[in-house]
Amino acid sequence: MSILIVAEHDNSTLNVATLNSVTAAGVIGGDVHILVAGHGCSAVADQAAQVMGVAKVLLADSAAYAHALAENVALLVANLGAGYSHILATSTSNAKNIMPRAAALLDVQAISDISAVVDADTFKRPIYAGNVIATVKSSDAIKVIVVRGTAFDACPAEGGAAAIEAVTGEHDAGKSSFVSEAVAKSDRPELTAAEVVISGGRGMGNGENFALLDGIADKLGAAIGASRAAVDAGFVPNDMQVGQTGKIVAPDLYVAVGISGAIQHLAGMKDSKVIVAINKDEDAPIFSVADYGLVADLFDALPEFEAAL
Amino acid sequence: MKVLVAVKRVVDYNVKVRPKADGSGVDLANVKMSINPFCEIAVEEAVRLKEKGVATEIVAVTVGAQQSQEQLRTALALGADRAILVSTDETLEPLSIAKCLKAICDAESPDIILMGKQAIDGDNNQTGQMLAALMGIGQATFASELVIDGANASVTREVDGGLQTLTLSLPLIVTADLRLNEPRYASLPNIMKAKKKPLDNTTPADLGVDVTPRVTQLSVELPAERQAGIKVDDVAQLVDKLKNEAKVIS
Ligand SMILES: Cc1cc2nc3c(=O)[nH]c(=O)nc-3n(C[C@H](O)[C@H](O)[C@H](O)COP(=O)(O)OP(=O)(O)OC[C@H]3O[C@@H](n4cnc5c(N)ncnc54)[C@H](O)[C@@H]3O)c2cc1C
Ligand SMILES: Nc1ncnc2c1ncn2[C@@H]1O[C@H](COP(=O)(O)O)[C@@H](O)[C@H]1O
Repeated sequence: MSILIVAEHDNSTLNVATLNSVTAAGVIGGDVHILVAGHGCSAVADQAAQVMGVAKVLLADSAAYAHALAENVALLVANLGAGYSHILATSTSNAKNIMPRAAALLDVQAISDISAVVDADTFKRPIYAGNVIATVKSSDAIKVIVVRGTAFDACPAEGGAAAIEAVTGEHDAGKSSFVSEAVAKSDRPELTAAEVVISGGRGMGNGENFALLDGIADKLGAAIGASRAAVDAGFVPNDMQVGQTGKIVAPDLYVAVGISGAIQHLAGMKDSKVIVAINKDEDAPIFSVADYGLVADLFDALPEFEAAL
Repeated sequence: MKVLVAVKRVVDYNVKVRPKADGSGVDLANVKMSINPFCEIAVEEAVRLKEKGVATEIVAVTVGAQQSQEQLRTALALGADRAILVSTDETLEPLSIAKCLKAICDAESPDIILMGKQAIDGDNNQTGQMLAALMGIGQATFASELVIDGANASVTREVDGGLQTLTLSLPLIVTADLRLNEPRYASLPNIMKAKKKPLDNTTPADLGVDVTPRVTQLSVELPAERQAGIKVDDVAQLVDKLKNEAKVIS
């Protein structure tokens, strides 16, 4: 068996999310290769070559892959992936965009968001907003799999010494082109990789009040998240949404502030190690998953919490 | 310009499903079914394109059991002009659904195909991407804004880091994210009118599609239960617990 992992990166740095897929590949077993598709991305290939347990890095460096357009990258993945038993990527918006397209090109039914490997053909995955866990078995010759990052620890980023092989020939489908990107720059840790996450919901009232979370996040080294209601109301940007259809997080500490705890929100955070809920409604469903619940008005509790840290 | 919208019948988003006692599947007996919320957003976007004069006809399509006609009627009540049911009782997976939809698209030649980004039952987030691959056309997934300009589309997408804007040539597939629009409710007169709109039936076999699953569900189980927590009296106790009991802050 040999496993191809599609790397997540920004053409200069390997995203640590990739390391979760390397761990999942280790459980499946077999030679692990990493594909770095991008433009001017040789530094990423160098980093991928050092990842523990990686046997080979394939570097596809072309303008066609600069912005990870699905039409182009999926062609490349399907082309290279035909020689592998498994193709893996960690569940980022990029992976969700590209992997099903590559699977269809290979005439394979992809498997989304696996949370455990049972054997080389059999996997567990949450369905229905994580209310049930399904065990599924694939009969396809090539398994195209998207890995839930929070379910697999990151493997060591160093200790490997893989050879880097350049992939020639570029796939430019000519179907789409990149115009612009509005990416929020923040000094905080990335939501899906943070050890502490503090999220605000509709109870925050408005976007300015999210500043009440800033001081606490600074002291705890936390990332800031949000519920769908807070994003829909325009309090904060879409990339902060935690939940079934947003980002999945599982930090050591998750603090939910002014969030009721709808199943769609719980789906994105209930695997956190310790959960704290601050809500003025003592019957809010969020308390059913909270290790520590504080029934209080957040406008009183947050300044006190910050001062006590 | 013709718009095709793919909709799915799913468990209503308010329902918390449970496994059947024998773990063979999810217990769906007497559970409220609805149109997948993301598909509702896709239908709304199609209707707005028609209201803007960009689209001239909206065709709603679903692949599934006969009961899925209810969700097609909902789409018709929201503004679709006609509907097609690809009827089957087989367990469906995104690849076979995409193959059925491709056969419909080959016959209908839509300029824009609108879908949801994700069905909230299987949480697959695959079908749109697969259909785009099978048709060899462009895909704009997780869309929060769609602008059609002649033979091109400009689409803003919700990505991990924020927002990304692409241009694509038509025909193309757009999968709707939550912020694309806020769907309207169907009015009673429109629900009545929808009953008279055309709804055609076909089957995967008629379309020449083999829908035998490649991935089989062996069992389902409940996720690990969290231990019941406690309510703390005040912030001081909370901080004490986090430091000395949970040891997650120092
Ligand atoms: C298809 C679909 C997908 C979805 N995906 C997601 C998703 O990915 N993520 C997600 O989060 N949701 C998602 N949702 C939405 C979800 O169903 C809920 O509507 C949403 O999570 C509610 O957000 P909220 O808890 O912030 O708001 P609300 O439910 O309105 O709760 C606000 C809470 O704040 C409390 N509060 C108010 N004022 C104060 C105060 N001063 N002090 C303390 N507490 C206060 C209230 O008691 C209440 O409990 C989805 C829904 C659908 C249909
Ligand atoms: N059975 C189906 N019939 C028609 N469209 C579907 C079906 N299943 C999924 N889709 C479409 O594909 C989208 C994504 O579904 P999924 O890939 O299952 O998460 C849905 O929002 C629908 O637009």
